[in-house]
Amino acid sequence: MTEKISEDQVKHVAELAKLKIADDQLPYFTTQLDQIIGLFETLSEVDTDGVEPTSSVTDQINVMRDDIAEDWHQRQALLDNAPDTADGYIRVPTIIDESGDNE
Amino acid sequence: MNYFDQSLSSIHKQLVNKEISAKNLTQQTLDNIKSVDNDINAFITVDDEGALKKAADVDAKGIDADNLLSGMPIAIKDNMVTKGLTTTAASKILENFKPIYDATAVDKLNKLGTITVGKTNMDEFAMGGSTENSAFKITHNPWDTTKVPGGSSGGSAAAVAAGEVIAALGSDTGGSIRQPASFNGVVGMKPTYGRVSRWGLIAFGSSLDQIGPITRNVSDNATIMNAIAGHDEHDLTSSTKEVPDFTSTLNKGVKGMKIGIPTEFMAQGLDDDIKQTVLDTAETFKKLGATVEEVSLPHTKYGVAAYYIISSSEASSNLQRFDGIRYGRRAKDVKDLEDLYVKSRSEGFGDEVKRRIMLGTFSLSAGFYDAYFKKAAQVRTLMINDFTNVFKDYDLILAPTAPTPAYGIGEDVSDPMTMYMNDVLTLPVNLAGLPGMSIPAGFSKGLPVGVQLIGRPYDELTVYQAGSAFEQETNFAKQTPKMGGNN
Repeated sequence: MTEKISEDQVKHVAELAKLKIADDQLPYFTTQLDQIIGLFETLSEVDTDGVEPTSSVTDQINVMRDDIAEDWHQRQALLDNAPDTADGYIRVPTIIDESGDNE
Repeated sequence: MNYFDQSLSSIHKQLVNKEISAKNLTQQTLDNIKSVDNDINAFITVDDEGALKKAADVDAKGIDADNLLSGMPIAIKDNMVTKGLTTTAASKILENFKPIYDATAVDKLNKLGTITVGKTNMDEFAMGGSTENSAFKITHNPWDTTKVPGGSSGGSAAAVAAGEVIAALGSDTGGSIRQPASFNGVVGMKPTYGRVSRWGLIAFGSSLDQIGPITRNVSDNATIMNAIAGHDEHDLTSSTKEVPDFTSTLNKGVKGMKIGIPTEFMAQGLDDDIKQTVLDTAETFKKLGATVEEVSLPHTKYGVAAYYIISSSEASSNLQRFDGIRYGRRAKDVKDLEDLYVKSRSEGFGDEVKRRIMLGTFSLSAGFYDAYFKKAAQVRTLMINDFTNVFKDYDLILAPTAPTPAYGIGEDVSDPMTMYMNDVLTLPVNLAGLPGMSIPAGFSKGLPVGVQLIGRPYDELTVYQAGSAFEQETNFAKQTPKMGGNN
């Protein structure tokens, strides 16, 4: 088997994507991703020298608009969607470690 | 009320003649969904209260005799946001999400008086081709409930095929309107990229996604397209091109039309019955006065690889927003913010979504970008050039929609490679941004088979023209699943 991606790489990619793959799931994801990346590599057969990449097929180019804030008057509806709120704010867990022994 | 023998105009007539009120029609639609959907599972959410209230409003204002959509109950795929109505994209990460605005396509329909009866099931974040990747339920194909309805717009297509609604909106990133339309014997249009605003469509692959209608016939499809197409200041990739009347060519026939069948689309892996259906369809078009010839799209076999690199890369970026902070599911027992992100996402996303996010992250990561993402974007250019060359000499492309008819529930879902290869016939149309429509064109062992009509950019008119000519000549679109007799 030619390995396109290793378990360590899958772990690293998951970390970049803010995902945690459980250790017992790692072989399963690695095998599948390895197969799919093998398929991706068939593109190396195609001669793309001097071919411009296409990132979008829209016919609109550099559409400008004024940078104006709009008030949708939906503050409460927005807060109702948040899992945790307090005093009109969205509450999140500690971001900065305040224990004083940062290294 | 089931919609098997109905069309937008037949129902509209009853509404205008006051044979039925919008409220009555809506109530009967909801009652029918309640009994039929036990077997089909097309809906994630049914909005009895909202639908009946809207119907009463329409009745109070009066049915607009010049507007086929006035008072018309419809369904919306659950990846389009609907104000105040739970919108999940079939993901646990959004299970309690109540949007604060309507997607533009939904808003346009609402303003014409349609009544949203519910939100339909789909593969999570539209990633999949069988609707089995939904976090909530498995949808069954009305023609054979042991089969999948296709996907990702499987709920919308099954709801229309089962007579639960007369029309539904779907979305199509690599075939997600056309393939379920084929599996369910209904008409599904993926418009040109930019024809319909993507504002309020929960983003999967932003350079590929389009919203489109799923209906029982071509004329109804064109009517819904008239309602949802057009530029939107909220989606700056939506086109400012003038929107034609998509129903204006329905009776023009195909005499003199030049139609090409791509040799590469008829190659290995295609089910014999499907191949025969395409050849029979070609004969019908010839009989109606079109010329049909083989053409070549030489880069077709690289489409699956290019598509899965591009769509997964775009998805990995788009799905970063689901972090458990402002809306959606938040994990419990977390120690800090980083832990909250990782746990919320890891618990909230299903395996297929995680796979795509990781494939995309990998394809975009330092050291791999040129070999994967950039290479795929270059192959995309070559595929677009292939289409451009064919369209110099041909008005339309005829092709199979899917390599097989609907397959059994549970057959395909464990093997992503097989699942990805199934999109080989539909995804080139998304990579090139072209309009493509699947219409019912035959049967294989009792299951419906669709064929795909592909047009030049912004030439939905020719697609509808040919689809309508074929539909008027044949009776495939009039067939209904056996369950029809039970209603």
